Amino acid sequence: MDGATDRVGARTVPPLLDVRGLKKHFPIHGGVLGGVTARVHAVDGVSFSIAKGETLSLVGESGCGKSTVGRLVLRLIAPTAGEVLLDGERIDTLPAARLRMVRSRMQVVFQDPFSSLNPRLRVREILAEPIRNFGLARGRADLEKRIFALMDKVRLPREAIDRLPHEFSGGQRQRIGIARALATDADLIVCDEAVSALDVSVKAQIVNLLADLQAELGLSLLFISHDLAIVEHMTHRVAVMYLGRIVEIAPRAALFARPAHPYTRALLSAVPVPDPTALRRHVPLTGDVPSPIHPPAGCHFHTRCPHAFDRCRSEAPVLSPRGPDHMAACHLAE
Amino acid sequence: MSTTYEAAPELPEVLAEPRKRGRIATFIRRHPTIVAGGGLLTIMILVALLAPWLGTVDPTAIKPWMRTRPPSAEHWFGTDMLGRDIYSRTIYGARVSLIVGFAVALLSSVAGTALGLVSGFVRWLDTPIMRVMDGLMAIPGILLAIALMALTQGSVTNVVAAITVTQIPQVARLIRGVVLSLREQPYVEAAIASGTRTPMIIWRHILPNTLAALSVQATYICAAAMITEAILSFIGAGTPPTIPSWGNIMAEGRSLWQVKPFIVFFPAAFLSVTVLAVNLLGDGLRDALDPRMAKRL
Repeated sequence: MDGATDRVGARTVPPLLDVRGLKKHFPIHGGVLGGVTARVHAVDGVSFSIAKGETLSLVGESGCGKSTVGRLVLRLIAPTAGEVLLDGERIDTLPAARLRMVRSRMQVVFQDPFSSLNPRLRVREILAEPIRNFGLARGRADLEKRIFALMDKVRLPREAIDRLPHEFSGGQRQRIGIARALATDADLIVCDEAVSALDVSVKAQIVNLLADLQAELGLSLLFISHDLAIVEHMTHRVAVMYLGRIVEIAPRAALFARPAHPYTRALLSAVPVPDPTALRRHVPLTGDVPSPIHPPAGCHFHTRCPHAFDRCRSEAPVLSPRGPDHMAACHLAE
Repeated sequence: MSTTYEAAPELPEVLAEPRKRGRIATFIRRHPTIVAGGGLLTIMILVALLAPWLGTVDPTAIKPWMRTRPPSAEHWFGTDMLGRDIYSRTIYGARVSLIVGFAVALLSSVAGTALGLVSGFVRWLDTPIMRVMDGLMAIPGILLAIALMALTQGSVTNVVAAITVTQIPQVARLIRGVVLSLREQPYVEAAIASGTRTPMIIWRHILPNTLAALSVQATYICAAAMITEAILSFIGAGTPPTIPSWGNIMAEGRSLWQVKPFIVFFPAAFLSVTVLAVNLLGDGLRDALDPRMAKRL
């Protein structure tokens, strides 16, 4: 995983994915006439980039907008503002027909291995669908060959090709989901909590599989997770989100060793360490995540931050450099 | 934070043994309601189809000298006040009930599914369609059917059309709800992400997954339609009196109910048994059609 550090400071090639000032506000309809009464600020100005072959993890509590970022990148929903560039091409404004062609380059693996597969389709059908959509196979024999190749890649036994999803275990289903994401030879795979629903042992298998596939195929991964222990194991860089904004983004080693944002520190102190004798400094967080309908003024985190002072309540901090490739949005350490 | 995350050793990939398709005995044991309902309904369909060969006479033949005779060896269910054979009329009446039941179930399923799909997929048409459906549902079905029958002539086709109109909103609502929940399913989002076009998404990912709910609803509609047909005929707003239907027979026997109960009893019993059969079938289907359970069939 040294690729990330090599890349730092010498960013000459354009990133595979470049997200600039991405915003998504969901309107809330209410009242007698169904007018817009409020807006949920799910994603509120998020910028990051992912290089080819790189893994960026997006972490944060549930409801911080990390899954929405994933869906915006995939263009499953349209952004309110901001730009998404894939290989230098803006995909957030593409017309439907062009967008459909770009979709082959970015795929998704979802959290729930049960609802992410159509219960009525056999593995063969599930994997054939993306291949057919982009006309990637020449004839039936070639299609079957490709399906078998996909099943081999994710280490599913070939004789499972005519099974229905409910005949598989959770981990096996997740492999089917990964195989589907690989079917179009995508460059970018968004893993939306892809291992969160799995047992610990299966989780490790799937994480290793993703890491192997990344090395083998040069994939870029946007790994959305709330589990820092998993993230530490498999990522190049980490972006920490809080209430629709990125509060800190850094290479893995720097983030885990020198977290700059109080929220990152609190998250890290909450990760269980399998060593009962380890000395740990707990940074307790009190209260709940404020409502994204009326986010707090200034720094979104000031309502729960142990170090908050006057400036935090009025002025929103911007991401500023804290080290090589390390940015944090906090007034405190400036 | 220097956690070492040991990967678990690779476990052997074990595929569950494919289940052998259950034999008939297993099916009966697992789904007694389907067997009972389906069996009764099959008997009724056979009775309706084979009516001319079941010892019946012309159900409209009048024998004024044989009026209101109680059940006997010659007239198994007795005769009505025009001397017509109630057994023959009841057996032939099964045809009307079953045709109306199945036709209404089929037509309202097709029309309701189409409306529900459009409503669930085309945002700007959702409100107009659903408000019209709400409007139709606000009128009691039987009243709406009577009103529609008042506009047309009494015929089996018109009865089917009138009852279908009253049942479409139920299906449209159901399908719209199912579509809205299916649209949010990750596998539908995954299909969009992998470039599947909207018509194909509807065809492959939405429609097949509405079938379970639809088929259950269709059986209940079938049962409701048969009852509504009988009610319409009973009050004289349905099948014309020249065609024997269970509702007609009961209507004609109504005035003699206290002295000659057999005239009403036999068509009522047939109607009850048929509706029960269809409802049993619907209950059984609801339990069996969960796709996760489908393999156990």
